[in-house]
Amino acid sequence: LFVMADEALFQFLHNEVIQYIYKSSEHGEMENGRCITKLENMGFRVGQGLIERFTKDTARFKDELDVMKFICKDFWTCVFKKQIDNLRTNHQGIYVLQDNKFRLLTQLSAGKQYLEHAPKYLAFTCGLVRGGLSNLGVKSIVTAEVSVMPACKFQVMIQKM
Amino acid sequence: MLTRLKTQVPLFSMNSYTKLREKLKLSGLSFASTHSHVIRLGRHSRHNSKMAVCIAVIAKENELKFHYTVHTSLDVVEEKISAVGKAMADQRELYLGLLYPTEDYKVYGYVTNSKVKFVIVVDSSNTSLRDNEIRSMFRKLHNSFTDVMCNPFYNPGDTIQSKAFDSIVSAMMVQAS
Repeated sequence: LFVMADEALFQFLHNEVIQYIYKSSEHGEMENGRCITKLENMGFRVGQGLIERFTKDTARFKDELDVMKFICKDFWTCVFKKQIDNLRTNHQGIYVLQDNKFRLLTQLSAGKQYLEHAPKYLAFTCGLVRGGLSNLGVKSIVTAEVSVMPACKFQVMIQKM
Repeated sequence: MLTRLKTQVPLFSMNSYTKLREKLKLSGLSFASTHSHVIRLGRHSRHNSKMAVCIAVIAKENELKFHYTVHTSLDVVEEKISAVGKAMADQRELYLGLLYPTEDYKVYGYVTNSKVKFVIVVDSSNTSLRDNEIRSMFRKLHNSFTDVMCNPFYNPGDTIQSKAFDSIVSAMMVQAS
């Protein structure tokens, strides 16, 4: 199983990427969501590649739920060194992945400070999940919400192709 | 002359499938020159109703039989994959084994979790190639393909340009004498 050499390295790099995207943004891009989109697209391409590596030696997935469980367990562990704490689904294509101590938010705050900046720190990971799923043949829309850091929820809406 | 694929495949990835298929021919016979046929696949466009989607130029000596063999094997692959959900847990290997034998060739299949299909065509008279050797060929292909996917210069869906991938594939193929 592929293991991240150093977690802190990825966190620092991730934060620098966000700073860079916002510093080099053009007029209006911060407000119209273009910066968030760029981060999400980056995550998407990374997710595609990561999934190719991570699923190289795994058994074939049975169904959609099998894929989601893989994302919550193996995938999350490989990238964030922990599993998703809670997975809920309505069995109709909506999944909610809850991480009570999301690694990319732990350095920000342990409460509501900087809450308005949280979306920037979730965009890449939303793309990561969307890209990973996409390469497994699952089309989706992934969004995230935070109310108290560092806990957050990722919502995956499966799109019928 | 080209039969319509039963499986729905968007045109942009058909290019990479075609390239892969062209490369994955294995045979006891020597290669016909690639000049013997030309197939151009166009980009799908709703606005260009008067433009052809595909044009093929086929000479007498051609490699189209390999395209046809691989093409028909895709249906067998689909059958095998859709059976996984209902079958036992131990049927969940990526290697699909022998898909079907024809008079002259044996066709083997492998599907990754990322839905990419590899097909290897071997001459029937080649009895020395064992199952575990075919498995290891697929393994090498899969490893090399994974590297292609992780290459920042590669956009998923594009034709594979990687020389590293090329050399892995070439090493498995019978060269023209």
